[in-house]
Amino acid sequence: MVSLIFAILFYLATILLLGGIAIKIWNYAKTPAPLKIPTMPAPRNGRGVFFRLLREVIFFESLFKSNKWIWLFSYMFHLALLLVLLRHLRYFTQPVWWWVEIIQPFGIYAGFAMTMGLIALLLRRIFIKRIKYISNLSDYLMLLLLLLIAASGLAMKFVSHTDIIAVKAYMLGLLSLQIKELPLSPILLTHLLSVILLMIIFPISKLLHGVGIFFSPTRNQIDNSREKRHLADWAKKLENNNFEREGGRNG
Amino acid sequence: MVEANSDSPDKIKDPLEIPKLICGAMADIRPYPAHPQHNTDLGFPPELIDNWKEVAIAKIGELAEKNRAFKLYLDICVKCGACTDKCHYFLGTGDPKNMPVARQDLLRSVYRRYYTFAGKYFPWLVGARDLTKEILEEWYSYYHQCSQCRRCSVFCPYGIDTAEISMAAREILDSIGMGQKYCNEIIAKAEKLGNNLGLSPKALKATLEDLEEELEDDTGHKIRLPLDEKGADILLITPSADFFAEPHIDGLLGYAKVFYKAGISWTMSSYASEAANFGMFIGSYENMRALALRIRKAAIDLGVKRIIFGECGHAWRVAYSFLNTLAGPFDFLDQNYPIPQHIVEFTYDLIQKGKIKFDKSKNDEYRVTFHDSCNVARGSNMGTIPGGQFEYPRAVLKACCNHYYDMDRDTIMESTLCCGGGGGLLTDELMDLRTKGASPRMSALQQASEDYGVTHMAAICAICKTQFSKIMPKFGYGMDKILSVHQLVSNAIILDDEPSEKNNGQNKQTTKGTKQNGAKLANKDDKEAS
Repeated sequence: MVSLIFAILFYLATILLLGGIAIKIWNYAKTPAPLKIPTMPAPRNGRGVFFRLLREVIFFESLFKSNKWIWLFSYMFHLALLLVLLRHLRYFTQPVWWWVEIIQPFGIYAGFAMTMGLIALLLRRIFIKRIKYISNLSDYLMLLLLLLIAASGLAMKFVSHTDIIAVKAYMLGLLSLQIKELPLSPILLTHLLSVILLMIIFPISKLLHGVGIFFSPTRNQIDNSREKRHLADWAKKLENNNFEREGGRNG
Repeated sequence: MVEANSDSPDKIKDPLEIPKLICGAMADIRPYPAHPQHNTDLGFPPELIDNWKEVAIAKIGELAEKNRAFKLYLDICVKCGACTDKCHYFLGTGDPKNMPVARQDLLRSVYRRYYTFAGKYFPWLVGARDLTKEILEEWYSYYHQCSQCRRCSVFCPYGIDTAEISMAAREILDSIGMGQKYCNEIIAKAEKLGNNLGLSPKALKATLEDLEEELEDDTGHKIRLPLDEKGADILLITPSADFFAEPHIDGLLGYAKVFYKAGISWTMSSYASEAANFGMFIGSYENMRALALRIRKAAIDLGVKRIIFGECGHAWRVAYSFLNTLAGPFDFLDQNYPIPQHIVEFTYDLIQKGKIKFDKSKNDEYRVTFHDSCNVARGSNMGTIPGGQFEYPRAVLKACCNHYYDMDRDTIMESTLCCGGGGGLLTDELMDLRTKGASPRMSALQQASEDYGVTHMAAICAICKTQFSKIMPKFGYGMDKILSVHQLVSNAIILDDEPSEKNNGQNKQTTKGTKQNGAKLANKDDKEAS
């Protein structure tokens, strides 16, 4: 029964996650940026914009310029999260891909780094008055949810081992639309449930920042407004109303 | 407030020092509301409409569909706090609602309530709020405490630009009849008469003729300030403050001398006698476009080949980044030159080609620094390489001054601190805000005075110049310590061609600006004051 419920939840969460992100991407892509507003100095060509975005995504360049502590904690968290996620591919691949094997040991340290990064971010949110002022309940809860995921994951490794073979069989089963037995370990179920919750809220919350940055006009626009005319579709309609444009009245 | 005033003149503060939070410190600061007539002139309701709530909420939805930046930035902020100490108004006031993210949240909380799943069903979880009259008042107050300088957008990991939110907020307020007097009155004037001051073509002509006479008396050269001359090569679009305010006017005389030396025919237009475009400040594409189209029409009617903009910060943002969009394509102009071009680019090119030369000693009484105006620094460029907007004005200043020094690197270029008066806030009732907002810049200047003996600050923005001439006396500098870049050009430019006449010519070259400033100048006064 539990296996079935979790299977349904996983399928549902996956659909909501992928569908939600797809809808958001579609929405952002079709919403025009009526004016050229890159934060200057900005790249003068597409190649430059590509690298600007790459630097933002890989190194968090602007955040580094802004605040070294936030950068350190969030970089630690995000990089560790990436490693942990990649490590988890071993539960979905058979045989396990060679490079997933290689990062396997780092993934475990990353679990700790991720936890520490999250705790540091949470402490900042609680104790620095400026950050506390701008925080909503959801901002704390999201950190706590991520902490729960990290802690329950680590607990399965270091506190109470789960039948990892069975978990893998269950996950591989889901991929081929078969429902296998899921071990009924409370820690495992907590871990999985919190991941499912995270997947569901991702597209409808600030977690969307990971996708949104690529659509940010201040970062993804080219500094070429003098050379190339930029015009939004809705603004084209105004062009028909050029009463001033070729008018005869002399100044 | 007492604290802030008492410690500023005594010791120099770190310009970027983070203040203690003082909740509600600036809650009562707000600009005067617009006269109903000025609202209707711009196509807005005369006063607060009865169904303000529905209209405002619908407007939020409309903007979210028309402007990706608005929607995206309301969606993706993670409240990391990177921007919280970046706004000069926060640094100057300590009011937490002047932190960029908190300023955005005033609108984000309402957007969430009506346009997001979480806000609709779990408002308490994500801080979503129903729109109320109190919130409208809060918007009116705090979205008029943002100069749209975009410093926060430099430091945001996603490039979230509070200027986009504050422009949208003002557009929403305008759409329900809560316009701001200063902006709307000026836009109405500019749309009717061609400039922010409401100067008639006749008055403008008379002013320019007087200035031409002065120029001839001062220099012995027949330097022109042409108006409405058809067939000129260049149309100069300059802020109307250049026609009457100090030190702006000395900049105008500088442009005239540069054109004179370049031997190029030019003209100004009485129909488009304004570079400033306050349509941007209220986020109104339509009003911004109406003003931009005047420039297009003037260029066509006068049959010019090029358009050059004078020293004005947000005007240059609109010109460089938006003009092609709003009033293009400019296929009738000479495509061999940038369209439009900045006067600093024009002068820079002449310097590079050796067509104008300077006697730098004419500016020896000035120890100069450069204030990067926010809209030029973060909203535009000059030349063809990123960062030209920082290099060009500095190169021009160094070409005509022997003593040039930069302020602290964290307070200039893309990190520049706003003058405190931009974005439609340059109005007397906001003087307290303007003073506090200017204090980080003033601290950086005081540092430069301490370290390098800097006496003067040059700028290429009409708003910066007006703001600083009012604000600098509060920080121990004379009101004439703010200079136009082309004022320094004007002082030092060598007008005579013959080397033998050089000495005679130089004596005559002292311009009005130099005389005025020179008399009051004394490096030591600055030191003691700061």
